[in-house]
Amino acid sequence: MPAYTLKINGQPRPVNVAADTPLLWVLRDHLNLVGTKYGCGLGLCGACTVHSNGVPVRSCQLPVSTVGGAEITTIEGLSPDGHHPLQQAWCEHDVPQCGYCQAGQIMTAAAFLRNNPAPAEDEIDGAMAGNLCRCGTYLRIRNAVKAAAGMMQKGGAK
Amino acid sequence: MKAPDSTLSRRDFIRVTTLTGGGFMLSLALPGEAWAQPAQALDDTAKVFTPGPFIKITPENIITILAKSPETGQGVKTSLPMIVAEELDVDFSKVIVEQAALRADVGGQSAGGSRSTPNNYMLLRRAGATARAMLVEAAAQTWGVRANELTTDNGRVIHAATGRTLTYGELATKAATLPVPDERNIKLKSEDEFKILGARVGGVDNPLIVTGRALFGIDQKLPGMVYAAYEKCPVYGGKVIGANLNRIKALPGVRDVFVIEGTENPSGLLPGIAIIADSTWAAFSAKRQLQVTWDESAGQGHSTADYEAQAAAAFKAGGKRVRNDGDVDAAFAAGKVVESAYVYPFLNHATLEPQGCTAWAKDDGIEFWTTSQTPGPGQQLVSDTLKIPKDKLKVNLVRAGGGFGRRLANDYMVEAGAIALRTNGAPVKLTWTREDDMRHDCFHRPGGFHFLKGAVDAAGRLSAWHNHFVTFGFKTTERPSSSADLALDELPARFLANYRLDQSIIPTMVPTGPLRAPRSNALAFVMQSFIDELAHAAGRDPVDFRLELLGADRLVPAAQANGVPYDAGRMKGVVRLAAEKAGWGKKLPKGEGLGLAFHFSHSGYVAMAAEVAVARDGTLKVRRVTAAVDVGPIVNLSGAENQIQGSIIDGLGMAWLQEMTYDRGRAMQGNFNDFPLLRSTETPAMSVNFIQSRNPPTGLGEPGYPVVPPAICNAIFAATGKRIRRLPFNQTDLSWS
Repeated sequence: MPAYTLKINGQPRPVNVAADTPLLWVLRDHLNLVGTKYGCGLGLCGACTVHSNGVPVRSCQLPVSTVGGAEITTIEGLSPDGHHPLQQAWCEHDVPQCGYCQAGQIMTAAAFLRNNPAPAEDEIDGAMAGNLCRCGTYLRIRNAVKAAAGMMQKGGAK
Repeated sequence: MKAPDSTLSRRDFIRVTTLTGGGFMLSLALPGEAWAQPAQALDDTAKVFTPGPFIKITPENIITILAKSPETGQGVKTSLPMIVAEELDVDFSKVIVEQAALRADVGGQSAGGSRSTPNNYMLLRRAGATARAMLVEAAAQTWGVRANELTTDNGRVIHAATGRTLTYGELATKAATLPVPDERNIKLKSEDEFKILGARVGGVDNPLIVTGRALFGIDQKLPGMVYAAYEKCPVYGGKVIGANLNRIKALPGVRDVFVIEGTENPSGLLPGIAIIADSTWAAFSAKRQLQVTWDESAGQGHSTADYEAQAAAAFKAGGKRVRNDGDVDAAFAAGKVVESAYVYPFLNHATLEPQGCTAWAKDDGIEFWTTSQTPGPGQQLVSDTLKIPKDKLKVNLVRAGGGFGRRLANDYMVEAGAIALRTNGAPVKLTWTREDDMRHDCFHRPGGFHFLKGAVDAAGRLSAWHNHFVTFGFKTTERPSSSADLALDELPARFLANYRLDQSIIPTMVPTGPLRAPRSNALAFVMQSFIDELAHAAGRDPVDFRLELLGADRLVPAAQANGVPYDAGRMKGVVRLAAEKAGWGKKLPKGEGLGLAFHFSHSGYVAMAAEVAVARDGTLKVRRVTAAVDVGPIVNLSGAENQIQGSIIDGLGMAWLQEMTYDRGRAMQGNFNDFPLLRSTETPAMSVNFIQSRNPPTGLGEPGYPVVPPAICNAIFAATGKRIRRLPFNQTDLSWS
């Protein structure tokens, strides 16, 4: 099987996997980074969202052979200590119900806030529209993204 | 895992373990310890205070509370330990919550029927209060004072007269030597002493969820683990005839492939082909290349279009009379009559985490890591199917990525067990694809047809109701399939003198069963929509009409032995509150409307008012949903609101978008492109209002969900004059002029 050296969360990570293996399953099965979730396998639900060079991508749709030298960031690498403003806001607003989609939600929101640091509510809803939540936590997601944007405007984590 | 310092809070503890532990976190059993007997899940050394299974306090003042029930997103891993912590009188933010495995000494461990709160509330309060009493007694003996001179606060015993205090940790070793008192002599707190119950408390797993730690069923990993996929017949009732097994076995990464003969139980081990591979992707890739010859004969003749035709024919032929109160025909002759037919589809549960299970066969038994809502029956199913004694089946509970009733069944667990017997001792993780999950949801919410005739009298009161209910029976016309029945007490029965229910049953091969608020999730749409039609036919305000139907404040007894009394006063309370908070009666322009519905299920009284705007071209915007809920005292206000907010999104998505259809025994929907979930852009404003009546607290996972579709549909009628009688309503043209 071909060998790849991926750049995951700032670290070089060598793997030997079939060329068509989606990045999702490389992360989950081979690198033990299970925060990135499988929901649909077709890029429909957003549970597998990671960043590739800062851009949110569906890791279930990204064969490992196409990743190359891109800098991949997963939920495990979003912040060094788990205290990204979004992670704090998610806890403060008690967003999760089952919690399965939330890593993908947070990764989408993190990329969005980098480009739009002071979004309106409908802009948040629009940015998050590709991430499904079966439990229906959208209202809290919107409020948490807004709160995180406020925290970041005030200079990062509290 | 390094022992945490006693001064660390739970948040810090989680950070310590996630930074140093790796792999399995505090809520999961460590692989090396996993074969320990369940009773030893909380260790029981002499120095540690363990008054029963729920509480452990170490001399280092680490306080651990056991979460007994499966967590599927309904919040019980947080709310049930809160109940213990309240009576124990400790700072909940410093408590470590540990997920129980299936064990014999904690009472039932199921998650269903919104029963976790009512079944455990007093049990867990007594457990906490008993431990607190023993800690107080330990302090009394230590200081040589009487126990009634002592108080507690935030994990300390206080002797106010002398200003002395001891932490629970300091008292743990002494308390561990005391006899457990008779719980009948234990005094519980009064409600006005509560500090934790009723507060807003975040989910105990939130820090792990937002950092992506291993937590869910699909996240389990064991040393030397292999990965499995399982292919079943796309047609219900199908069996394997043959497959290209040799070719699949030769594929890279595939270790083995074999046929499992299985059984006929649709919630058990169905026939199929198991693939064991080095990775999930290798298993999924091989599964796609399987070429199977199936015996599909059993499912032929089972198509959605056929069901519709059979329902129309059944209506024409007339049904079996199952309830007949008063003189319905006389009331029809004397009143203004409305006739309507209502239809709703089959649904699948679509938990975002697909079904799956990890199993490890060893020592003549199997250890499981399962997301089941019913781990006890799961253990029984495996025992019966694989002929292994129950005491050789260890069952660990892991957080589920959604339940909604799907995980009441344990089909994925017995599949993983059967596969684990064929891996030469390697642990195996079975993962279903999304398509497996939707098409082989081992029970779908049954569709149904209601042919209704109702009347209002000259005074504008509801005077008669006749429902010919055409439902489904699993391979039979004798009795309704699971969750396809209509209780003889269902509203408006019991509230109306002239009520008649007829029933016909269409046989189906599609297994049906409970989905969030089973029966209610369909019936509320029908009953509350038709009540609305009759209110409008009578020229009455729909809220007044409903309050009049509910009648005087009173407890309406059940007509059937297995029924439940209906508190008309509690229901009227939530109807009035929802109407008031929604601004009921305000003037709205054409194209905008308010609709209201109420429903009683799972011991919960819920009313909702929806406000919608429908553009001339039919584009719908649900602006606001106002909920009023009476389930007695609230345990966790944040979790309770989350359940109602989630029910609103779930109910709106169900009513608007969701439908399973069948063609010759085959489910036609397989992923979120053809079975959509509501998206963030359709999120309405929400107002959740609780009436915390002095009744025993009851559950909230289910009763909010059924009310949403009729509230929305009644609002659409108010806005447009278009009555929705078929779900999902994305098939209905809502344009107006």
